[in-house]
Amino acid sequence: MILSATVNVRLSNEFTLDVRFEAPPGVTILFGESGSGKTTILRAISGLARPDRGRVAVGDTVLFDADAGIDVPVEGRNIAYVAQHLALFPHLTVVDNIEYGLTQLGRAERDRRVTAILESFRIAPLRHRKPAQLSGGEKQRVALARALVTDPRALLLDEPLSALDHATQTRIMDDLRAWNRERRRPVLYVTHSHREVFALGERVVVLENGRVQMQGTPHEVLDSPAHHRLATVAGFENVFDGTVITSRADLGTTMCRIDGVEVEVPYSGSVEGAPIKVAVRAGDILLATQEPCGLSARNLLSGCVQSLRREAGSVVARVSAGPGFDVRLTPGACESLGVERGRDVWLVIKTYSWRVVA
Amino acid sequence: MDVQALLLSVRLAAVVCLALLIIGLPLAYWVAFSRWRWKFLVESVVALPLVLPPTVLGFYVLMAIGARSPIGQAWSAAFGQGLAFSFEGLVIASILYSLPFAVQPFASAFSQVDRGLLEASSILGASRLRTFRRIVMPLSRNGIITGVVLSFAHTIGEFGVVIMVGGNLPGVTRTVSVAIYDDVQALNYARANATALVLVLFAVSVLAIVYGLNRRAWVAVRP
Repeated sequence: MILSATVNVRLSNEFTLDVRFEAPPGVTILFGESGSGKTTILRAISGLARPDRGRVAVGDTVLFDADAGIDVPVEGRNIAYVAQHLALFPHLTVVDNIEYGLTQLGRAERDRRVTAILESFRIAPLRHRKPAQLSGGEKQRVALARALVTDPRALLLDEPLSALDHATQTRIMDDLRAWNRERRRPVLYVTHSHREVFALGERVVVLENGRVQMQGTPHEVLDSPAHHRLATVAGFENVFDGTVITSRADLGTTMCRIDGVEVEVPYSGSVEGAPIKVAVRAGDILLATQEPCGLSARNLLSGCVQSLRREAGSVVARVSAGPGFDVRLTPGACESLGVERGRDVWLVIKTYSWRVVA
Repeated sequence: MDVQALLLSVRLAAVVCLALLIIGLPLAYWVAFSRWRWKFLVESVVALPLVLPPTVLGFYVLMAIGARSPIGQAWSAAFGQGLAFSFEGLVIASILYSLPFAVQPFASAFSQVDRGLLEASSILGASRLRTFRRIVMPLSRNGIITGVVLSFAHTIGEFGVVIMVGGNLPGVTRTVSVAIYDDVQALNYARANATALVLVLFAVSVLAIVYGLNRRAWVAVRP
């Protein structure tokens, strides 16, 4: 079953969400900065919000179609939705929470399903506790179990794991994948963390300003950003505009000029004199305090350290070498090399560390 | 102490509370969740007994259910006796008079229930009725008890409406506050005092229950 969604909803005078995408069975990540419309899309698919125009379908079942006047109410859609705040019922025990969506089933079948899901999410010992007596990770498991036990058509997850540490996150995602292995339901996972995109997703839909910017596998999408802002979001701190000097298909390289220096980047197919946009991650640039020699890397630029700043456990040096580069170093390397403001340095960049953005 | 009047008041208050649960819970649900733009008008009408003199309310109820009104005539035709100056007439007037004391605590409790829980319930396939029974009601328990206790106490203590609509028929419409007034008129201070003292003790216990419940709610909410 494939989840297909076309959602058009005007959220304010300035912001209209207008997206169309498909989520095949497996985990599809909806990725974008906060305010890009991710949660609204999930609410529209689940029926909690009504799009102005559009169509939502899972397989052959149409859940919403503005043109045909179809709008299946929330309680009839059988789409599971785990919100960021989880919304466990505080007055019910874990078992009662999980059983909540199973009223149509007979007692025996209900018990069988609840027992199975308690086992597979490893929460059986917690069955008689109230939500207030659970840890963060336990609450997430109960919320997932409550959603999945109804055997939904599709599963929507709105950053349900973002508050957890990475190890717990990965374990819960493994449990989720195990659950989905034989069922093959579409799972939409909303996040703005690009670590989670690589860790959890099989496919990515990138949203920006209420539009689908790109979709594909995590590597396709995040390693060849087609857009400057997206490049920055995906961790390419250095993005430059340049001009193509020569393009050599036989060598697989393109030479281009950016701010007076020549760099060699992967072959782009652009002709001589064409504009080009290239990007490189701050962590992919080597920094040397003496001129290095005998390197395989094709780009050696000399420059001068303009400033240093601390950033989440690392040091980012701003180096002027024609264009200004951000270079990421460990604090230890920075100290032992004696990198400081005003120091002359060399930057080493492999051809394949560059991405041709446009 | 006028035991007959006391028992009559308790019976009246019990019937009124039951009726207010039946009428007040759906009405409060609507008040708490409706997005109708003129909702405030309905809220104003429900709250009217809080500010209206009881005699005014009683007067118009008497006009509405009296022997010459359509309601009064229909009642007489069906049951062979008038609605005014009867226990049933008193029940109708007391329901109107105590409506805000039930609906306002109910509605305020309902609207404090986290909307995310209501959405989660719908997502899990529950109808609105089931969501109300399984989620809204249990999480509003203290508000519902508060509403019932307040309207019970308010009905026990009413005077003006009873005099206007019910008159003063022993065993039928002579409620406890009317009985106290009668005793004072007859200079029987000892009996008035005994009955009044029972009401004072009752009022203190009621308030203790209401404040006790709400204190527990605050403690539970604190993380």
